[in-house]
Amino acid sequence: MSAHLPLTLSVNGEEVSRLVEPRETLADFLRRDLSLTGTHTGCEMGVCGACLVMLDGLPTHACLVFAVQAQGASVETVEGLTQSAAIADLQRAFHERNALQCGFCTPGMLVTAQGLLSRKALPSREEIRDALSGNYCRCTGYEAIVDAIEMVARRRAAGETATSFVEEPA
Amino acid sequence: MNAPLGTLDRPNSYIGRSVSRPNAKRLLAGRGRYVTDLVLPRMLHATFLRSPYAHARIVSVDLGAARAMPGVRLVATGAELAKLCTPWTGTLDHFKGMKSAPQLPLPVEEVLWSGQAVIAVVAETRAQAEDAAEAIIVAFEELPPVVEIDQAREPDADRAALAVADNLCFHSRLDTGSIDEVFAGAAHIVEEEFLFGRHTAVTLEPRAIIAHWDASEGKLTVHHATQTPYQFQDLYSRHYGIPEASVRVIAPDIGGSFGMKLHVYPEDMAVVGLSMLCGRPVKFVADRIESFVSDIHARDHRVRARMALDGKGTILAVDVDDVTAIGAFSTYPRTSAVEGNQVIRLIGAPYRFRDYRAELSVVFQNKVQTSQYRAVGHPIACTVTERLVDLAAAKAGLDPIAMREKNLIADDAYPCDSPTGYKFEALSHQASLKKLKALMDYDALRAEQAALRRRGIHRGIGIASFVEISNPSPAFYGIGGARISAQDGAIITVTPSGEVRCLISVTEQGQGTETIIGQVVADQLGVPRERVRVMTGDTETTPHGGATWACRGAGIGGETALQASRKLRGNVLLVAATILQAKADELDMREGVIVDAPTGAERISLAEVARIAYFRSDTLPPGVSAQLSVAHHYAPQGYPFAFTNGVQGCHVELDTQTGFVRILKHWVVEDCGRIINPLLVDEQVRGGVVQGLGAAFFEECRYDENGQLTNGSLADYLVPMACEMPDIVVGHIETPTADTELGAKGCGEAGTAAASAAALNAVNDAMSPFGASIAQIPMTPARLLRALGAI
Repeated sequence: MSAHLPLTLSVNGEEVSRLVEPRETLADFLRRDLSLTGTHTGCEMGVCGACLVMLDGLPTHACLVFAVQAQGASVETVEGLTQSAAIADLQRAFHERNALQCGFCTPGMLVTAQGLLSRKALPSREEIRDALSGNYCRCTGYEAIVDAIEMVARRRAAGETATSFVEEPA
Repeated sequence: MNAPLGTLDRPNSYIGRSVSRPNAKRLLAGRGRYVTDLVLPRMLHATFLRSPYAHARIVSVDLGAARAMPGVRLVATGAELAKLCTPWTGTLDHFKGMKSAPQLPLPVEEVLWSGQAVIAVVAETRAQAEDAAEAIIVAFEELPPVVEIDQAREPDADRAALAVADNLCFHSRLDTGSIDEVFAGAAHIVEEEFLFGRHTAVTLEPRAIIAHWDASEGKLTVHHATQTPYQFQDLYSRHYGIPEASVRVIAPDIGGSFGMKLHVYPEDMAVVGLSMLCGRPVKFVADRIESFVSDIHARDHRVRARMALDGKGTILAVDVDDVTAIGAFSTYPRTSAVEGNQVIRLIGAPYRFRDYRAELSVVFQNKVQTSQYRAVGHPIACTVTERLVDLAAAKAGLDPIAMREKNLIADDAYPCDSPTGYKFEALSHQASLKKLKALMDYDALRAEQAALRRRGIHRGIGIASFVEISNPSPAFYGIGGARISAQDGAIITVTPSGEVRCLISVTEQGQGTETIIGQVVADQLGVPRERVRVMTGDTETTPHGGATWACRGAGIGGETALQASRKLRGNVLLVAATILQAKADELDMREGVIVDAPTGAERISLAEVARIAYFRSDTLPPGVSAQLSVAHHYAPQGYPFAFTNGVQGCHVELDTQTGFVRILKHWVVEDCGRIINPLLVDEQVRGGVVQGLGAAFFEECRYDENGQLTNGSLADYLVPMACEMPDIVVGHIETPTADTELGAKGCGEAGTAAASAAALNAVNDAMSPFGASIAQIPMTPARLLRALGAI
């Protein structure tokens, strides 16, 4: 309950300045102060992966970072990754393969997948499953998610690029 | 098998086609609208002070400091909310002799489990509410907690709830009559005591609710993360004395439910009252720690069972004693006795024997309530049955597959009933087993297993046949006196542009309800799927219905949509025939165009029919009025339940040094009747299997002797992770129900129903060279090492 602190950072490519409580997490800041509700909180202790965002290009649990710790940083959420079409191929593959049901874990899954594929172009299924160990999904049983990521890895390796995702008709 | 219906099996039919879910794109873009995301003007946030004791009396309460904290708008006690809300009792009339203490939003005198909400705090922010909750002082007088089932059943046991006379909530007995004689004459008897751990749903989005009482309109609007908005409309109306039509419940995107979010929770009922007291919208979202101590748990059964066989391995009889502990209250309005009831009625369901006896005791204890969670009772019944069948196979010297081939009810023996009273219309156990055997390449797996054993690698193969209950008729909750609908309703409209809107009472939690309803409507009406918009989850706009539970979305919701679409199609063709001066029965609608039925020649578009109907009705003959909206309800009237069936296979490798089990692969063959969307069915099955494997190996709510949950966080409670789960092969047999035109049954619980049974059998198979066995889930490494005698 101490005094609010000034915070300036880049969120989805736009500079944002706010006053925040020191105890506010980055997840709560994104969801409450910026209405970026695509970032979800499932456990608030860094286990479930629903809150993963890109923090300076690396998948990071937004529930384990205080907003003030992101001073000067660059944050990308699922909304920004969608708008820039950076994950359009992943989104399309998830959609085709039905690699989501309730969708609550999905933004975190996409961030993990994007992080994995930027580290390793063609991961094995075991490596994909291992990379997803910090992302709980209660609906799908994971197989479709593994399939979708594997499909995108192959498509990217074959040089396929993706245009934006959501504007296509369902 | 029933003869397939021509119109449903056209080559270009939407029914039976794998199409992706239109509404999933929003979720993929992070544009879901979950209750946790919603913010209403002037909204306040609630939190609750929770009991630190499993059983205690509230002696005194000091709220002064909390009320003075920054941002606090209300601190409310049980007594204050009791003035607004009438109590509820979780019993059903057809469960004779069942009892439970009445419940209120918050307790007035006695707390009954550790984590029970006691005092509500409402503040401008959740953080402020939590700060204030810490300033509340409650003096509790500890009472002896009732924790274990045997302790609860002792003659002079302490009572889990002082308001009920003893700790027996419900007792039931099934007996075909001559069980003792059959066992006395049996060539072999196998028996086992099974333990099933408590576990819980762990939906990734926790429970969430926003109640908004608007006194100026006398209207309550509740955004509620639930499967069953109509049930809650009814309950909020009756317990808070608000006319039903003045209560609106909206269930937007839901982050998982699995049965957990269709029960009445004290906090949810409290939030309605808090909104009335504050005159502002009040939001409550359970955090994960709260979820573990307040969401319903499931299972927690001890089953002693035995099976009698003749000399050739024919199953003759089964005798069962099931004791289950359910917490201190029976859950409302579906009760906490349904699981046990389904356990004793589903045991042995795939098999031919006729002699059966079962005893069910449902007891109170001081823990969180248990109630319906995905595949209610099925994993317990299936595990007991299938382990006994494996033990029996070993006694009879039969391979597990051969044992099942010998004893399963033959596919041509239907219709038939079970010794427990269930009526089966048509199941396909034999065909399913045959298909599973081929999918697994069973004989090769057995050969590989033998070869690996010689090298000290211990793999196991487990098989489990199952029966799943879906699509309950009013013969269950309705007869029991609960206002839980067995029917569903739909309103389908052709819009002025010739598009189609379907408002239907079955709801969406990601399983694809809206998608399959859209497929059925598009198919049966004769329009492109893209032109159909399906809307669910709002009591103000959709007709009253049972909504989504017990796998009723496809079977009952789908049939509702089918019948409504056919009605609307008739209306459209009638108007078209008038416009075209043709006969309606010589016209057809295909892909949004009215055509000559015999030739397929295009006559007029649906959009043009709609334009004339809405804007140029003056050009229609006198007396013709186009009915381009249809409201239609459907309730199942044939069999009391639509049973489905299937069989699962599990392949594991056991490390006998560490007790760790690697699940190598899992197979499912299931028969859910007509498949509307194979893509969605397969993923329902896979997701269900993983929840079953979670129960088998990882998930358990562990309590200490004082009734304290000791692993109530996601760091301590083990949810199955991607790296631990196998690829899952899914195959299908289709035996449509003849009770409906659509022929669909349910598929959401099949995966969970038998996965833990198959896993238990697989692990026991792997341990068999050591003469070791286990009959408890979850099969943790420590329990397996104990079973092996290693620790």
